[in-house]
Amino acid sequence: MTATSPLYTLKSLSKRYTRGKETVTIFDALDMTIPAGDFIAIMGPSGSGKTTLLNLLGGIDRPSSGEVHFEGARIDTLSQGRLARWRAAHAGFIFQFYNLMPTLTAAQNVELPLLLTRLSGSARKQRVKTALEIVGMGDRARHRPGQLSGGQQQRVAIARAIVADPKVLLADEPTGDLDRTTADEILQTLQLLNAEMGKTIIMVTHDPAAASFAERELHLNKGRFEERGKA
Amino acid sequence: MFKQTTAVTLLNLRSIPQRWGMSLATVLSIALVVGVLLGFMAMASGFRATLDGAGSDDVVIMLRGGAMTEMNSTVSRDEVRLLEAAPGIAASAGGDPLISSELYVVADGLRRASQTRANIALRGISPSGPQLRAQFALVDGRMFEPGAGELVVGQSVQREFDGFGLGETVRLGNNNWTVVGVFSTGGSVFDSEVWTDLGVVQNLYQRGSGVQTVRARLTSPEAITPLRDYVANEPRLNLEVLSERDYFARSAGGTTNLIMVLGWPLAIAMAIGALAGAWNAMYASVDARTRELATLRAIGFGGFPAFIAALAESFVLALVGGLAGVAATWLLFDGITASTLGSGFTQIVFSFAVTPDAALQGVVLAVIVGLLGGFVPALRAARIPLLAVHAS
Ligand SMILES: Nc1ncnc2c1ncn2[C@@H]1O[C@H](COP(=O)(O)OP(=O)(O)OP(=O)(O)O)[C@@H](O)[C@H]1O
Ligand SMILES: [Mg+2]
Repeated sequence: MTATSPLYTLKSLSKRYTRGKETVTIFDALDMTIPAGDFIAIMGPSGSGKTTLLNLLGGIDRPSSGEVHFEGARIDTLSQGRLARWRAAHAGFIFQFYNLMPTLTAAQNVELPLLLTRLSGSARKQRVKTALEIVGMGDRARHRPGQLSGGQQQRVAIARAIVADPKVLLADEPTGDLDRTTADEILQTLQLLNAEMGKTIIMVTHDPAAASFAERELHLNKGRFEERGKA
Repeated sequence: MFKQTTAVTLLNLRSIPQRWGMSLATVLSIALVVGVLLGFMAMASGFRATLDGAGSDDVVIMLRGGAMTEMNSTVSRDEVRLLEAAPGIAASAGGDPLISSELYVVADGLRRASQTRANIALRGISPSGPQLRAQFALVDGRMFEPGAGELVVGQSVQREFDGFGLGETVRLGNNNWTVVGVFSTGGSVFDSEVWTDLGVVQNLYQRGSGVQTVRARLTSPEAITPLRDYVANEPRLNLEVLSERDYFARSAGGTTNLIMVLGWPLAIAMAIGALAGAWNAMYASVDARTRELATLRAIGFGGFPAFIAALAESFVLALVGGLAGVAATWLLFDGITASTLGSGFTQIVFSFAVTPDAALQGVVLAVIVGLLGGFVPALRAARIPLLAVHAS
């Protein structure tokens, strides 16, 4: 697949929430394509719908109307079970607060997505080891999240997101809880995953410094995108 | 699916210590329910065992037709004479029928532990009386001499009451008695009695020549049929013929049922309380793991493993509670003795018995409480919205 063929195509996408009698429109008839291999930073004011968009792309939320296509196939109409399988195969999630299982070791956390595959125990172990090494956590496999710093936990979370080799990584404020230096290290890792492993990365961030690690920045405002080139 | 379910279940079980307060409360409340239930069951089965122990099939008790208990029965001297000639009754080595006319009265003694007065059965028996009790053994001293104001005392009475030491003089009612022997009937109801000569009881308690019951050994358990026919066809006899086993089953039934009638509702009421506790704890558990569960769903896990995992947590807590309840009951109650009012308001001393069957019932009850209490929270776990991944 070349860098220009679209990974995602959003057609006339709308998302509305009704709160009592009031209807809040987050997106209205949004059209957009995201090419494979892209690294996008999505920015915008709080409440502009950044997380909502990521949820729609990741198949953990459904649009009010419109279509979400991934590699030419529609995902927003998949049954719950098929959508879960789609997520397992194609999307890796990275959250602001890491969302690791506190009682599992780093290796066990990373192994979770592989439990949904047919891989044997030893194949899983090998994959987990590789994923942890990629994020520089090869020596912390037996640590539990409580014994790791925030940055280290986020590295483990990234290993978990890539271990099943998905096409796209969806990161919501991945450095929102980290100091500058640690954040930069995490962002360099993401850059590496994009450049070396061809992962398409869609990252939401408030932070212009973080956004500058991406290839391009999209600013979301009142349900519309405006693209700004890198400074 | 199996791998998923196992993984989520282990994840869930491993996180129990993080909610140890709630989990412990659930375990304890379930243990308490099982403890109460088993306490009652142990009492009932101990009581039943005591009465069953005394029941043989080749000993009959004959009492006034319609009299449910010995106390309400009267058998006249003439009737006794007719019974001595009845068919089916075994003979002693000397050729006499093995038959004992008996009369029992209530006396009171001083309980050793509480120093309060309680009823004791004083039974007047014929010389054949001891031979009509299975497992009868004189463990100390000798049998009483007829007419001499002597008595032999059952082991339980000697243990529970003051003043029945061998050779001691004990006052029962208005009379003094000398304790000349101690007997055992292997833990049966008779161990809670004091025996003496029938004639002495008839005299001292002014009962004339009448008795309450006639006890006899049959040539075989089947011989009860000719004996019954004989009694039925003899117009001068208005008696009921029961095997000893049936007689005791009948008198045990009432008390055993009473214990269970008290025990089950109490256990069920408490079980409902424990159910609410388990429910609550499981809700808390699911709540605490909302983000984790949503994250698993986002990764691609199904809702079913989350359901099973929550149910498994509840099951494990209940099982631990159930086993703790069984263990505690067993340590506290098994084998300890208690006494209750037997028929005729005498004390029957019996042992609590925590039977395997009762233990199983207790654990089953615990597990039912756990599964019921965990069901709705488990459904909730299965239905956690994916968007809860962003919950803080
Ligand atoms: N489940 C929901 N029900 C109703 N309204 C919602 C729901 N989820 C989001 N919203 C609303 O949709 C809008 C967009 O929310 P979203 O979380 O996507 O914003 P965001 O751009 O990620 O903001 P932030 O930068 O604060 O994370 C907000 O106004 C929010 O209140
Ligand atoms: Mg957001």
